Amino acid sequence: MLRIDKLTKRFGANTAVDAATLDVDKPAMIGIIGRSGAGKSTLLRMINRLADATEGSITFEGREVTTLTGAAKRAWQSECAMIFQQFNLVPRLDVVSNVLHGTLNKRSTFATMFNLYPTEDIHRAIEILDRLGIAEHAPKRAEALSGGQQQRVAIARALMQDPRIILADEPIASLDPMNAQTVMEALRRIHEEDGRTVICNLHTLDTARRYCDRVVGMRDGRIVFDGLPEQLTTGVAREIYGADASFSEAATSTEIGTLDRAEAAELEAKAFV
Amino acid sequence: MADTTADVPRGVDRIQADYMAMAQRRRLYSFLMLAIFVALMAAGFRTADARNAGGFFDGLHRIFDYPAEVLGEAAQNLTALPGYLVQYLPSLIETLNIAAASTLIGLIGGTLLSLLSTRGLALWPALIPVFRRVMDICRAIPEIVIALVLIFVMGGGPVPAMIAIAIHTSGALGKLFSEVNENVSLKPVEGLASVGATWSQRMYLGVIPQVGPNYVSYALLRFEINIRASAILGFVGAGGIGYELKNTISWGQGRYDQATAIFILLFLTIIVVDQLSGLLRDRLTHGTKA
Repeated sequence: MLRIDKLTKRFGANTAVDAATLDVDKPAMIGIIGRSGAGKSTLLRMINRLADATEGSITFEGREVTTLTGAAKRAWQSECAMIFQQFNLVPRLDVVSNVLHGTLNKRSTFATMFNLYPTEDIHRAIEILDRLGIAEHAPKRAEALSGGQQQRVAIARALMQDPRIILADEPIASLDPMNAQTVMEALRRIHEEDGRTVICNLHTLDTARRYCDRVVGMRDGRIVFDGLPEQLTTGVAREIYGADASFSEAATSTEIGTLDRAEAAELEAKAFV
Repeated sequence: MADTTADVPRGVDRIQADYMAMAQRRRLYSFLMLAIFVALMAAGFRTADARNAGGFFDGLHRIFDYPAEVLGEAAQNLTALPGYLVQYLPSLIETLNIAAASTLIGLIGGTLLSLLSTRGLALWPALIPVFRRVMDICRAIPEIVIALVLIFVMGGGPVPAMIAIAIHTSGALGKLFSEVNENVSLKPVEGLASVGATWSQRMYLGVIPQVGPNYVSYALLRFEINIRASAILGFVGAGGIGYELKNTISWGQGRYDQATAIFILLFLTIIVVDQLSGLLRDRLTHGTKA
């Protein structure tokens, strides 16, 4: 389905992504982990064509994506939704308008200027919001919502595109643990119920392990691990993060449970001393 | 509106209906605005056209007649053009001097006025409306009027023009600067206040570094505008390239070739100022490259 072959991105002398090769043959939920600067974002941005690849190819169902231009490129972008760390909504527009932006590829500029979205689209937008549990915020401005709610609006915009692939670039990095859980559960449900491929950059191991079918580890622009969540041992994780023996999973966790366990363990340890 | 806790499936319907009603209202407003805009343009055009000496469409094809005549004469005398460029350089420099001095004085005046009229920064908060009205007055009086009055009092020359433009620039930059000041972070100002700094120290060290790049880009845009303004003031006796332009561009003198040379000089000046301001702003926002 999606095939990435020796994809490389260079910024001047720096190589952000170095000959990344990835093959997705059926819809899956894939987590990409690695520390900041490992090239995770650049990889996703190249798939969405927000960034151009220096070398290599991306093919989706036999169609070459990296060489698309103009309308064909925009059409591909509408099939391949992107979710950002900072939500990237239009803050002063209402929630439903933001969701309707998912249909912009099919609408003319004139129709957009005069808010001429078809009634079915508006109804569908509100249904999607309802599915994500935020329908009651529909008429509010996006900026009036909390971070977790805004991220769900962004997911709704992505769903409005009716995409084949959803790319999520650190979707929970600016959210508190409760909201992070809601957002990750929403992404997982979208994958399970709609059969869409979700590729998700994450910076915590346990999130990747808990929600993903497959985990890809990146380090310094190279893919250094590609396998099942169960294969992701602490040793492998240390290699991905380039960390020494002091690295523990709890230190990167955003789950409430893990933190409790870690703190409990620490307290216990102190009690022994 | 009563906020009933409706059951789940009905709830979505209600939200959809409410939102549709809101969307339709917005569409109606957009179309009303568009209709009013078109109606005003059409009605206004007819009134304005009726007042013209000739009809707009009757005269439309003659729009290029004058430029063609000017360029035609210039083309005949192409060899003399470099000489004219050199000949008018001194008056261009005079015009540039007027523009630069008035921009500089206007920059200082505008900075002071803007700081005194921004909420949260003003030295005397009660006087904010007074300083705002001062800026309004500076902008309201056309610079040509101030220049004419000053020329009458002081006699012709570059100084009246410079003062006139500086007054207008203070008002215009003051307004733009005070908008920039509103977005300033008050944290550094508070930090400086906590060590016992005076108002002018707080402004100079806490505010100016934050707003500097914006100020400079507005001032450079103003410099461009002032070059043109001082050229226009030359028409009323303030000297500079405007005076020469007035003499050469008058119809029937046969000096269109010289007028063309002056236009080329002005055009080149604007390009140079634009390029320089781009460079300078880049330096200010990104710092000098090591």
